[in-house]
Amino acid sequence: MPNTFTKIAAVTVGAGGAATMDFTSIPATFTDLCVKLSGRSARATQQADNLFITFNSTTTGYTTRVLNGNGSSATSANYASRYASNAVDAAGSTASTFSSHEIYIPNYTSANYKSFSADSVSETNATAAQSDLVAGLWSNTAAITSISLLPEVSTWVQYSTATLYGIRNS
Amino acid sequence: MTTAIEVNCATGEVTERQLTTEELAQREVDAQAAAAAEHEAEVKAAADAEAKASAQSKLSALGLTADEIAALSK
Repeated sequence: MPNTFTKIAAVTVGAGGAATMDFTSIPATFTDLCVKLSGRSARATQQADNLFITFNSTTTGYTTRVLNGNGSSATSANYASRYASNAVDAAGSTASTFSSHEIYIPNYTSANYKSFSADSVSETNATAAQSDLVAGLWSNTAAITSISLLPEVSTWVQYSTATLYGIRNS
Repeated sequence: MTTAIEVNCATGEVTERQLTTEELAQREVDAQAAAAAEHEAEVKAAADAEAKASAQSKLSALGLTADEIAALSK
């Protein structure tokens, strides 16, 4: 297994917020990719928003299997979408809290379909909080050269940040 | 607030740009799908609660105590 993490790039949302955080022109010099994200959505009222991931600006070909827990119940579900989490902190979460997400993408330059996994936890001072594990498949053989990260319903608030790492044996 | 923050991993340059027409259209599709899923979940939750209350009422009519009914779902 590749064992060395190298920071490729990072992005932080400014005062105006942003609909997406995008990494483009990702170098093909690593084996795997990993995204660490600390985020909060401007979605009104609700405690959480969904995290969507898009590779190469392509919005089709995604399937995911999700295990979710909220402190009182556990569920699982299948989605045919770019779904990567439902644990993004939103306006209903305690003010100034941010959810944490890690997305791992092995063999991102291969000519096979691309798998990815994601684990996420929300942060809020309440009885119910979200955590989930996602196993995803992007049925596309193109090498991944760009990644977009977006809340499904709303936009990222200021100070949301994402860092992209490349992983390889070196 | 329909902007994207984009970092070019080759150059390190960070730019902020307006979403394209296609991206805006996709966001609309995503939002509608989320609203539909949320509505579906609310309807299911309400139906489940109604079915549970009905089942508990029928069990109570058969003579089960509240503790006995609760034990069935453990």
